[in-house]
Amino acid sequence: MAKRSTPELNASSMADIAFLLLTFFLLTTTMDQNIGMPRRLPPILEEEQEKPPEINKRNIMQVHVNSMDALMVNGKPMEVIFLKDEVKTFLLNPNNDTDKPEKEVKNIELVGAIPVSKGVVSLQTDRGTSYSMYMAVQNEIMRAYSELRDEFAVSQFQLPYARLSEDRQEAVRGVYPLNISEAEPREAKKGKR
Amino acid sequence: MKLIKKKKRSAGTYSSSSMSDIVFMLLFFFMVTTTMREEEINVNIKLPEATEIAKLERKDLTCYINVGTPIAPLQGKFGTDTRMQLNDKFSTVNDIRDFVAAKREQLSEADRAQLTVAFKIDEQTRMGIVTDVKQELRRCQALRISYLATLPQK
Repeated sequence: MAKRSTPELNASSMADIAFLLLTFFLLTTTMDQNIGMPRRLPPILEEEQEKPPEINKRNIMQVHVNSMDALMVNGKPMEVIFLKDEVKTFLLNPNNDTDKPEKEVKNIELVGAIPVSKGVVSLQTDRGTSYSMYMAVQNEIMRAYSELRDEFAVSQFQLPYARLSEDRQEAVRGVYPLNISEAEPREAKKGKR
Repeated sequence: MKLIKKKKRSAGTYSSSSMSDIVFMLLFFFMVTTTMREEEINVNIKLPEATEIAKLERKDLTCYINVGTPIAPLQGKFGTDTRMQLNDKFSTVNDIRDFVAAKREQLSEADRAQLTVAFKIDEQTRMGIVTDVKQELRRCQALRISYLATLPQK
């Protein structure tokens, strides 16, 4: 007789407790994704280590940003919005100008023998340059590279760079290697740190 | 008529015990994915905008260097000049070596080379301090860096 009237556990409050915990975690959780521009710093030069070989002047694109956030490319002032196309023509050198970088025929897997530009973009900032300007310049240079890579990827593999397989991406990177050199900044003459 | 009456009566309670199962499932999901903010950021940071950016893959292999002006409640004590924050306290460039070493210590042997230093730097910051930080990182052999940025608002 007593067995029949087994008390039922009222589980409705369990859901309440669980909801309470759930809202707590919902509120405290941070789904912030960190997105950023990945870079590799060059290893520091030891004293006894020999200096890297000098680069031919035509292979360098000098990009200066001064403490007033003004941009100068190869001695000429320029607006940031034109920098991307300037970098692109510098790296492509479509007419094989003698003041633009040389090309070296390299054998790259999946692509074959192809001329690869020896161009290096040298970025020099001042201590007074603002970080936003620095990032804007970096971004424009990167955009030039990724557009070149995309164009090449489409012509070679009929797919944009981001959708290629890992080894094909590496091949495209081989054709347009990221050559950005950051010179040590000049000391600020004007402007606060 | 009688039949319908009977049916109405029997449509009584439904079991809500499975609701807690569902809620618990959601709860566990959020408990697992949640990451408690480890550090309180004491500097104002408005990240610069950039389009050529990638997601930071492994959060556990990342350590953050925050640079910006101290937040308003701390300006009385620390001033309004640009400061660097490592972990929870204001630091100087000289502290980076210990900071990176401590982070390396936590990682396994295989992961140490993968350590990425993420720069959380306010866009108003001058490049001088950024360059000092980069030089110090080169001396510490921590060469993988990432400039954190936001996507431009359209």
